[in-house]
Amino acid sequence: MTASNTPVNDATEDRYSVLVSEAASARRIRVIKNVLLYTFLIVCALAVLFPFYWMILTSLKTQGAYNAEVTPKFFTLEPTLANYTEAFTAVPLARYFLNTFFFTAVTTLAMMVVIVLAAFAFARMSFPGRNIVFSLFLSLMMIPNELVVITNYVTITSWNMRNTFLGLILPSITSVFYIYLLKENFEQIPEELYKAAKVDGTSDFKYLLRVMLPISKPTLVTITILKVIECWNSYVWPRLITDDKNYYLVSNGIQEIRQNGFGRDNIPAMMAAVVVISVPLVILFLLFRNKIMEGVSRGGTKG
Amino acid sequence: MKIVLDHLTKRFPNRNKKIKEDVIAVDDVTFEIPDGKLIGLLGPSGCGKSTTLNLISGLETPSAGRIFFGDLDVTVLAPENRGVGLVFQNYALYPHLTVEQNITFPLGNLRGKDKLTKEQMHDKAVEAAKLVQIDQLLERKPSELSGGQQQRVAIARALVKTPSVLLLDEPLSNLDARLRLQTREELSRIQKSTGITTIFVTHDQEEAMSISDMIVVMKDGAIHQIGKPQEVYDSPVNLFVAKFLGTPPINVFNGEMRDGKVFIGEEAVLNIKSTENRKVYVGIRPEGFVLASGKEANVLTCDLVRVEVMGRDTSVVSKHAAYTGATIRSIIPSEDVADTSSDKVHFTLKPKKVYLFDAETEETIDFEVR
Amino acid sequence: MKQNKYKGWLYLLPAILFLGVFMVYPLIDVVVYSFEEGFSFVTQTKVGTGLYNFRYVLHDTYFVQALKNTFIIVIITVPFSTALALLISLALSSIKPLRNMFQTIYFLPYVTNTLAVGLVFMVLFKKTEYSDGMVNLLIKAFGGEAVDFIDGPYWAKMFVMCLYTIWIVLPFKILILTSALASVKEDYYKAARVDGTRPARIFFRITLPMISPMIFYLIITGFIGAFKAYSDEVALFGTDLNAAGMNTMVGYVYDMLYGNSGGYPSFASAAALILFAVVFTITCINLMASKKNVHY
Repeated sequence: MTASNTPVNDATEDRYSVLVSEAASARRIRVIKNVLLYTFLIVCALAVLFPFYWMILTSLKTQGAYNAEVTPKFFTLEPTLANYTEAFTAVPLARYFLNTFFFTAVTTLAMMVVIVLAAFAFARMSFPGRNIVFSLFLSLMMIPNELVVITNYVTITSWNMRNTFLGLILPSITSVFYIYLLKENFEQIPEELYKAAKVDGTSDFKYLLRVMLPISKPTLVTITILKVIECWNSYVWPRLITDDKNYYLVSNGIQEIRQNGFGRDNIPAMMAAVVVISVPLVILFLLFRNKIMEGVSRGGTKG
Repeated sequence: MKIVLDHLTKRFPNRNKKIKEDVIAVDDVTFEIPDGKLIGLLGPSGCGKSTTLNLISGLETPSAGRIFFGDLDVTVLAPENRGVGLVFQNYALYPHLTVEQNITFPLGNLRGKDKLTKEQMHDKAVEAAKLVQIDQLLERKPSELSGGQQQRVAIARALVKTPSVLLLDEPLSNLDARLRLQTREELSRIQKSTGITTIFVTHDQEEAMSISDMIVVMKDGAIHQIGKPQEVYDSPVNLFVAKFLGTPPINVFNGEMRDGKVFIGEEAVLNIKSTENRKVYVGIRPEGFVLASGKEANVLTCDLVRVEVMGRDTSVVSKHAAYTGATIRSIIPSEDVADTSSDKVHFTLKPKKVYLFDAETEETIDFEVR
Repeated sequence: MKQNKYKGWLYLLPAILFLGVFMVYPLIDVVVYSFEEGFSFVTQTKVGTGLYNFRYVLHDTYFVQALKNTFIIVIITVPFSTALALLISLALSSIKPLRNMFQTIYFLPYVTNTLAVGLVFMVLFKKTEYSDGMVNLLIKAFGGEAVDFIDGPYWAKMFVMCLYTIWIVLPFKILILTSALASVKEDYYKAARVDGTRPARIFFRITLPMISPMIFYLIITGFIGAFKAYSDEVALFGTDLNAAGMNTMVGYVYDMLYGNSGGYPSFASAAALILFAVVFTITCINLMASKKNVHY
């Protein structure tokens, strides 16, 4: 620890001026670096946004104008809303919408009831076999949906529930993962509150309703939003279980439009339908941006 | 290495974007740190001491003013070119690296003719580790070390490049009371054995007083006083410094200079040469009180609250109408305490432990006892 | 309190009921199906018991094609999307102004309907009798030859497929990585700066090791997700993926169950079990690799 080899200590005049100019060029490099960073981020953002822009743009063009383009036009001077009328009249888009809305609302609501009860049982009640059942629940988290969908399809078919809402809804009413998430949240509420409520003679159910649920509201909202997104985008199960257009959800509707709708090649009308279907979730996202992003990073994966 | 801060100022944009005015973290600070000393930068949180440290290290660039290491102007130099070692409050040890890898990390940055071989790095790591007495822990991960050991690793990492200046940010605040005592002696030992100019930041006055060769008291980005710990304690320049140093803290009364006497309430407690009349704060160190019977001249009479026996000393807790705080705390040698049954207690004052501050400016007023 | 001992079970009852019928029973059933040879939906009869279903599936050219497609998608999209997400997250975490805006934009694909936006990608890349589509028009404008990316050559279809998959999976990865980067304490970087550490060394010796748990998490979930690719393919190429030559393993399972070539739950079950075995094996390998490489 004697001889010092730091630049300042053995600095001669030359070395010092080199260091000073180094510091100055470091500042220049920082500016260039920032320019590059923002350029990169903007290019990526454009790549993300472009499909959205194109779908809105195309939905505002007439079919003739779209087909006549030899070089793609990135704006339109004669926007038309005719495609939106077409989207709602030529295919039962409103019907798909209502179906999805109904399906999403009932599934989410029913699921919330089931998982709240289960999470409460795991978090606060003691009963024989609790730990064993909970471990069994946890092990179910590893089972991919693809494995069980086959039998579920057979089950629902044999119950004569194809093309019914019940058939659509029943299999997606429980989620082991959300039970787990909610249980963890419930357990963070001090047990003293529960004991105090017991001493006051509050029933379990009333305690759950009056104390646990209000305190856990943020988590409940997060789960609800995630489930709504999941329902709104669900495709595989509805496709298996419905072949009657009256029970199509938006995803199946889109697929139907793709195969048969609008005389196949009326692309602007197709895009209008796509815009209409995408808008509700985008609005939901912009409204609950932080909640959704936080919820997803806590436990969502796509689909 | 001597360090000179010359009219150093650092402004930050206000976090609340609606307020256009900048926050001034360091306000026109000028002082000189002599070579090879241990300096305590002391002040309440938010006083700009950490920013000052960051300016010296080069992590922040000043808005105005210059910094010199020796005769060299380092103001514009990048941190790595200043030859500083920095120890963070939470140590900032890389959790995925072993102690040795942590210590040699700075050496791995050397390039060109300074580049070291593996053996040289290892030797340097061992040397630095020996200095802070952790050479038997080189293979461990930081998570397997106690707080005090982590602290030593952080110091070793800062020392391995043989910096000309060692900077420590709140080095003891993450340690428990017993370790803190031990580590501050350790710090002082390391500083003495390396002779590196060392600056550490702390909000704990006891810590600063106990090991520093010199303390710098800061508040609101400005320096209030610089000096040897005892000097600053004995002659504070203003009420803030007086209040900030010493445990238990100084007792401050509303008082008055009138007719060559210092009054607290209606009682004259000191005779002074000055005949000026003005409102003052009277500060009395806890050890400045002497128990009296009440019959002497210049007695301060207080309402006794309770007596706390602390062994060698006794702490007398009392109240007075002119007192600025809640209770007065005076420290009296235990053998002097006789009668505590009365509800009044009388003191005479040691003039050297009494300070007068202007009621407006809170600056110290020099006076001589008559 | 005694009579309340089993009340907890009452609260659990709905969850157990649903899980039992739609998860536990199917799990057992799918294994049973997969060993029942020649099972018929209509007559509910089987010919025998054995490994025939597995042999059939493994020799089915459609399955082999699906296996190949799935592996190509996995091998291309997982590393590429993770690396790109890391780049974007690093860029995001080194800027301050406009950061929130960029984060919002990058997250947008997550909340869109896969099928709907898939249609947009199809429109962008598809060549029809009336219009060549935006991408082809651009290619022609630069003097290239128009390619039908949706009904054309295999590599073109695979290109669009991977592009779309990456576009869809990026938001989640960017979100996870930006929060991982944000959780690395500023002091580590300050310490490195004081030591004059070069940016590349900071990245490889500090940043990367610190966020490695999250990167491995993303790789593992990315593998699982990519192996289960299906709706993205349907969005681009329609429901008859076998005809398009773009089927995936999950698509094969569903096609065996339902649709044009459907009605064979035994084959579907066997294929699903093979898929599960593959995913399980790859996940185990991933976990072992991450144990070796993630310290602390």
